[in-house]
Amino acid sequence: MTEYKLMKGNEAMAEAALIAGCRYYYAYPITPQNEVVAYMAKNMPRVNGTFIQAESELAAASMVMGSAASGGRAMTSSSSPGITLKQESISYMAGAELPCVIANIMRGGPGLGGIAGAQGDYFQATRGGGHGDYRTIVLAPDNAQELADFTVEAFDLADEYRTPVIILADGYLGQMSEPVVLPKPTGKTFEKPWAVTGAKDRKQNIIVSLLLHPENVLELHNLHLQEKYERITQKIRRYETYKTEDADWLLAAYGTSARIAQKAVDKLREDGIKAGLFRPTCLWPFPDRELAECASHCTRLLTVEMSHGQMVEDVKLAVNGAIEVDFYGRAGGALPTVKDIIARIKNYEHSEFTHVQAS
Amino acid sequence: MSTQNLHMYRRPEALLNVRTHYCAGCGHGIIHKLFAEALGELNIREETIVVAPVGCSVLLYNYINVDGLEAAHGRTPAVATGVKRAQPNRIVVSYQGDGDLLAIGTGETLHAANRGENITVIFVNNANYGMTGGQMAPTTLVDQRTLTSPKGRNPQETGYPIRACELLSTLEAPAYIERVSLHNPGAVKKTKKAIVKALQYQKEGRGYSFVEILSMCPTNWGIEPAAGADWIKTSMVPWFPHKVFRDRPAEAAAAGGKAS
Ligand SMILES: Cc1ncc(C[n+]2csc(CCOP(=O)(O)OP(=O)(O)O)c2C)c(N)n1
Repeated sequence: MTEYKLMKGNEAMAEAALIAGCRYYYAYPITPQNEVVAYMAKNMPRVNGTFIQAESELAAASMVMGSAASGGRAMTSSSSPGITLKQESISYMAGAELPCVIANIMRGGPGLGGIAGAQGDYFQATRGGGHGDYRTIVLAPDNAQELADFTVEAFDLADEYRTPVIILADGYLGQMSEPVVLPKPTGKTFEKPWAVTGAKDRKQNIIVSLLLHPENVLELHNLHLQEKYERITQKIRRYETYKTEDADWLLAAYGTSARIAQKAVDKLREDGIKAGLFRPTCLWPFPDRELAECASHCTRLLTVEMSHGQMVEDVKLAVNGAIEVDFYGRAGGALPTVKDIIARIKNYEHSEFTHVQAS
Repeated sequence: MSTQNLHMYRRPEALLNVRTHYCAGCGHGIIHKLFAEALGELNIREETIVVAPVGCSVLLYNYINVDGLEAAHGRTPAVATGVKRAQPNRIVVSYQGDGDLLAIGTGETLHAANRGENITVIFVNNANYGMTGGQMAPTTLVDQRTLTSPKGRNPQETGYPIRACELLSTLEAPAYIERVSLHNPGAVKKTKKAIVKALQYQKEGRGYSFVEILSMCPTNWGIEPAAGADWIKTSMVPWFPHKVFRDRPAEAAAAGGKAS
């Protein structure tokens, strides 16, 4: 029998990390992800793991680097301002090809912003975030169940590709309580012959991101990273569609925005308006071909975000001008409303004739 | 000269046979050798992991035949913490310069010490930022000229040189804190002893050990390589006195208590 537990998204994610074999968790408190830190403080001892409340996010992410380099499964989590500080280590780990998981339970910005959920860190997460030419895999859950499931997957992806993986969720998802079926461990194991464990009966293992000699070694390393990112892009195509088969009007959204958009789709359908939703569950690599295919029979696309337009850029790149892409977003802790989405789509219905003529 | 004397100056096993990239008269090379000798004496080369800082010694792992990794500038003790927590049975060494340890990484330095992490920090104090060409460091002496204190360090504007050992000695957790230097052969010998002791304590699980080493940087001090040792003695030692600031295991042994 499936056993449901009522858990906050943050707690579901934390427990899933333990299930995935995460034994090293380092973090600094920040709302709205404090539940993760408290959960790990309480539960890491149960699995003989390490929890440290670090002196800063800079330090927490560097501790992750140390444990990841040792071959352990390591994780940190934070919310937007803290994630900015973690970018230092994320860049180093991307460069040194160290697997780890970083969760960003986003809040509003810029600056200290507010503590309510937002989606203003899409660019930061999907474009690398720190300095240098790198990407991180970015998983985007939209409920507590996915926060748990994606976390388990994130550790495997990190190990498989030797790269940091980001879980990008928002404060609403992190703090809302929902029924969750805790995932099972995947059972996958990964050899880590590169880990720094002491040079016994073998040559030194050295984990660096500084590459000076010979002259082209850094260019070659960057080409190697790009080749890996290409492999990831070919392999990871993650998205969900909702009533898109016959849709005239396509919505695109992720996370909490997608839940709101899905409600709007249902309401519109009740009124006989054929709306559908495309929801990327991975934001880098972005499921561009799949979105383009989905949009190919639609009249217009509306991207809904809790920001002033970030994912919409990837959406536009994906459809590449094939149909018009519109944007509706609210930020700073405010949520897009079902009502506003419906009004937009109904407005498109009214103006369809003029729109078609104009194009 | 007897063959035994020749053997005394053999390259330590843990020291790799490579050309140095350090400047003439630089102290890093001496410290690398002492570190390598200590690894040999304690027979811990195969279980040691070094965390290299951002600084002149970023290529530490090119000289010492142990596993190694690079931290971001200043995060060295945090990375070392992550390594040690994942591998409590390994010897973990955080090797750092004064910019790394006392400026950009002050927080990491203080908190790793305060947690009493069972790691060893080797702190190379050369009174300037070597790698970037000789800027003012937190340990730059009053009136010392650097690229960024061209008229000499003015304490009215930039404060006084920070004493790391004294600062860390205010904390309860550290087990061993000592300042040594490289200014003459006797001092070098004491430096070696301090490194061995720190590593030995870590091996025994005694907790955080910290060895500050006053080290020469003649290139950026603007003096002849041969003059570096004297400069340490006359300029640095008066402000940074040699001292054992903390030796909990020895104190416990002296008190007749159990050393654990
Ligand atoms: C975040 C960051 N800031 C600045 C630098 C540039 N940088 C490299 S080494 C260094 C100073 C190192 O000085 P110190 O720690 O005293 O070591 P030394 O080179 O003297 O041995 C600086 C500022 C960097 N690499 N990263």
